[in-house]
Amino acid sequence: MTAESVSTVSAERRTPKIVTPRRPAGTVYRGREGMWSWVLHRITGVAIYFFLLVHILDTSLVRVSPEAYNAVINSYKTPIMGLGEIALVAAIGLHALNGLRIIAIDFTGFGTRHQKAMFWVAIGLWVVLLAGFVPRQLMHIFGGA
Amino acid sequence: MSVIDSPRSTPQRKASRFNIEKWGWIYMRFSGVILVVLIFGHLFVNLVAGEGVKAIDFAFVAGKLANPFWIVWDMLLLWLALIHGANGMRSIVNDYARNKRLRLILLGAIGVSTAALLILGTLVLTTFDPCIGLTPDSALVEICEAQ
Repeated sequence: MTAESVSTVSAERRTPKIVTPRRPAGTVYRGREGMWSWVLHRITGVAIYFFLLVHILDTSLVRVSPEAYNAVINSYKTPIMGLGEIALVAAIGLHALNGLRIIAIDFTGFGTRHQKAMFWVAIGLWVVLLAGFVPRQLMHIFGGA
Repeated sequence: MSVIDSPRSTPQRKASRFNIEKWGWIYMRFSGVILVVLIFGHLFVNLVAGEGVKAIDFAFVAGKLANPFWIVWDMLLLWLALIHGANGMRSIVNDYARNKRLRLILLGAIGVSTAALLILGTLVLTTFDPCIGLTPDSALVEICEAQ
């Protein structure tokens, strides 16, 4: 009896069950919080950079004439550009919050230990920031004269 | 007996007095913290407060630039943000532009555009004149004609 059960156990051990993974695993690195925060930081950084180049040029028109400046700045008040400003604030907010996370990681042991949690904290604060800004911006852009 | 091969590792680079990568790294973090304050302040005053973006016109800017506080604020924004952005783009170009000539062209373009925009922006902020294109109904008529 005892010998029999022992042999059964060892037989089971010799043929482990192979579970088919639900999705392909181990073939593609899909990244974790750290990689995706890095990707988002690059994309938002480049987008903000090109806006900054344009923004310095359009603001410089205040040195040319009020008409020239007003004509260009009025294009920032159209519905499409109003939505663009939401995208801009979203990009800046994410870059800023993740940037503070990077600084905390680089300069504190706490930051290094909790870098994953801090990514989600940054995302949470970003959602709060946009929850405050987006309705306000929509009121400015689409609200009456 | 064969001759022992030379070590495969290249000789250590001589430590130079000024390490641009180190100072770039430090600059990104220190300017970043300041920019968080400056940019969110800028966004609040220009997009959130009052009528938001619809309130911005020449008179709005003239009103802000009448106060040295905003001139200093905008000057810091200009220099800190543009150099922060240019240094970030430099990192990205160094990462992805594998062809040496392409890399030098892109780095040169970043350098030239950054210098040009810093000079332009600084001149605009230091020589701003609210009296250009003065209309008779402007609130500034008396002040401007006294000059």
